[in-house]
Amino acid sequence: MAALSRETIANGVLALLLLVVPLLAAASGETFYITLATRIVILALAALGLNIALGLGGLVSFGHAAFFGLGGYVAGILATHAFNGEALLFGLPATTSMPVIWLVAVLLCGLVALPIGAISLRTSGVYFIMITLAFAQMIYYFAVSWPDYGGEDGLSLYVRNTFPGVNTAQPLPYFLICLAVLAAAACLFWLLRGSRFGAALEAARQNTTRLSAVGIAPFRIKLVAFVISAMVTGLAGALFADLNRFVSPSMLSWQMSGELIVLIILGGKGRLFGPIAGAMVYVLFEYALGGITERWQFFLGLVLLGVVLFARGGLLGLVAGRARHG
Amino acid sequence: MTAALIIEQLLNGLQLGVMLFLIAAGLTLIFGVMGFINLAHGSLYMIGAFACAAIAAATGSFWIGLAASLVAAAAAGALMEVAIVRRLYERDHLDQVLATFALILILSEGTRWLFGSFPLYLDIPPLLQGAVPLPGGGQYQLYRLAIIGVGILVAIGLYLLISRTRLGMRIRAGETDREMIAALGVDIRTLYTVVFALGAALAGLAGAMVGALQSVQVGMGEPALILAFVVIVIGGIGSIKGALVGAILVGVVDTMGRFLLPKLVALALPASQATMVGAALASMLIYVVMALILAFRPRGLFAGQG
Amino acid sequence: MAEAILQLTDLRKNFGALKATDGVSLDLRAGEIHALIGPNGAGKSTLIHQISGSLTPDGGSIRFLGQDMAGLDMAVRARRGLGRSFQISSLAPEFTALRNVMLAVQARQGSSFRFFRSVGSDKSLTDPAMAMLARVGLENRASVPAAELSHGERRQLEVAIALALGPKAFLLDEPMAGLGPDGSKKLTGFLDALRHEAPILLVEHDMDAVFALADRISVLVYGRVIATGTVDEIRANPEVRRAYLGDTA
Repeated sequence: MAALSRETIANGVLALLLLVVPLLAAASGETFYITLATRIVILALAALGLNIALGLGGLVSFGHAAFFGLGGYVAGILATHAFNGEALLFGLPATTSMPVIWLVAVLLCGLVALPIGAISLRTSGVYFIMITLAFAQMIYYFAVSWPDYGGEDGLSLYVRNTFPGVNTAQPLPYFLICLAVLAAAACLFWLLRGSRFGAALEAARQNTTRLSAVGIAPFRIKLVAFVISAMVTGLAGALFADLNRFVSPSMLSWQMSGELIVLIILGGKGRLFGPIAGAMVYVLFEYALGGITERWQFFLGLVLLGVVLFARGGLLGLVAGRARHG
Repeated sequence: MTAALIIEQLLNGLQLGVMLFLIAAGLTLIFGVMGFINLAHGSLYMIGAFACAAIAAATGSFWIGLAASLVAAAAAGALMEVAIVRRLYERDHLDQVLATFALILILSEGTRWLFGSFPLYLDIPPLLQGAVPLPGGGQYQLYRLAIIGVGILVAIGLYLLISRTRLGMRIRAGETDREMIAALGVDIRTLYTVVFALGAALAGLAGAMVGALQSVQVGMGEPALILAFVVIVIGGIGSIKGALVGAILVGVVDTMGRFLLPKLVALALPASQATMVGAALASMLIYVVMALILAFRPRGLFAGQG
Repeated sequence: MAEAILQLTDLRKNFGALKATDGVSLDLRAGEIHALIGPNGAGKSTLIHQISGSLTPDGGSIRFLGQDMAGLDMAVRARRGLGRSFQISSLAPEFTALRNVMLAVQARQGSSFRFFRSVGSDKSLTDPAMAMLARVGLENRASVPAAELSHGERRQLEVAIALALGPKAFLLDEPMAGLGPDGSKKLTGFLDALRHEAPILLVEHDMDAVFALADRISVLVYGRVIATGTVDEIRANPEVRRAYLGDTA
């Protein structure tokens, strides 16, 4: 085994920070920082999902907020029904159990991503960007104009949903749950990238014709990647709803889709820890600048512009150099 | 439901379509000539609206405000092109999306900084106040008719510009062959700046005109931008003709959907639910239309045509 | 006479008023190299695109191993055994040479929907891929990204990928293009032996290579095959001399 690459070291540092800082915060009673770290973890998870489509497959989905929001609404709607003792559609029982909610969120996002992906993937390039955006807007406007679950005002969860054996109302246990999910998703990403499927997907990004010419149909590879990607982002949405105990159409908005892309590019697209580095920087930036000025988004825009113009490859790219495929 | 009401709704749809055409025309032109996807195009529309509202309030004249909106949007567009966009033509679409997303943040917050968070209002100029009788009874706002008229004039003007003038010839050449046009000795950088400024001015014009119908505020640009995306995706990216057809289609389908769908749903559901279901369906309608069109024509209705 | 592996019958393709493919019939038989030559703009690339599936013909038929290929996309045709190289190198630029070939090996083995096992340690992928690289003489460049290979090496890699698919027929679009005299000579020797593995439809501008390799030559001019025959027949054909080679040839 060769010496550890700089990217591996950077990843190790990030992982350590993500675990140690909240533990320290818990020890010193600063629960606010645990919440901040939980926010980082969940946004990183959402972006990690998008990174499967965007980073590996080159599919610039500008509509992943649709899945983030859908996951959130699954958590919100199931919990609300359970709280009110109402059954769901077809008399199915509602639940406040996180594992069940996650499963429903993941399956629903997969089901919705299938037709959206199948139509969007008939196109490519700019068309793909705009069509995914338009589908997300469709779901956004539906949520805004459907009053049963709060419409424009959103939907509050009275208490955080439950996880067997864990007190989710406490910030630290909930953080650890989210961190475990992120770790599992990162493993999934790592396995996918190294697998035959990942090889085909990365080839599709680099050269679709090449993939066809060896006899692999790019459409199916991309569609499966899009669906998996949506499922992971949907799971993050369910966690996000529980973190804030609130869902609203803003989770479905085009700004959210843009933010997810920003997280990936900030960190470094296609990299295992890219979304995590991106989410850390983004949330901390928002927190630090937000404390100084209301106009923090103005400065975020400037930084972002600087990254696009001058730091291609994102922050991990700056630290670790160009990505290489072995 | 009277004939006059339907005509009124159709005209509303047409007016929305015309507004969308003004925004989409610039977007599609910029994409067609430079291959650039500009999310900040909606911000140019917003700049036009703010410039018009602010100058009209200061001078008391809508018309001076309108002129100011054209100048401000074109100048902002030219500046944007020279300072930033120019560096991104050779980059992939993802970088373009991201950089213009950053520009939206900067321009939106910057505008809020300058004008505060409260919306501005713009009055319809006295010349265009009042209403015109419609056939079959009823009346229609003169101002909205004027917007439709302006849209038709712009469409004709763009057609003449692109098919009859030297600038148009260069634009067409630039679409097909950048190297050839450079070899002809045309200063391609200036051409790009001019095209960008022209597109920006059209968006600014749309913003100024719509400012008298709704409040002028930060965030008004992006819903319009996304509708304009739907328009050019339906029409075929790069095609002005496609932008016109797509814009009218989206404007009319959206307006008529909001008008008719709740009534249709009411035939099947109780009235209380019908309004809600109808409204929810209507808000999704144009996206459904877009998906259907793309399922059969993935590159839009007029892909690859001028 | 050997059986036809690939059979084009009265193939037609128009671009507006231009007849790019105007009633082309030709076949490729087991064990042969069939060269397709013609001046620029004769419609050679258009023909190749129709055979490989990236263009749909307006009329006529393409049969491969006895089956009609109409309506099948490029990926399906590749899976049926049509191995193709490109006029302009078409590789996955960020992948190493080895991974480019591994992709073909993986495709030949069947499913790409395996999500967990790492390809890097999968000997059933790396060994055959390495063997293919060795056959074209690229084994020392296995870990170099395709984008960093020289032009000649990329052409070799294209051939290695086509080989790895274990095709029933090769469709080679100007494999000599841009190679120096040495490279051409090496590749000529290589292709000479390759015909016994699978027949080759060879589009090539390098006449020395064509005359050295081809069992048969078809001459395409303005979308039509004006002559098909052995090297000597084509050299002697007055119509070909007039239309293409010029009387001085």
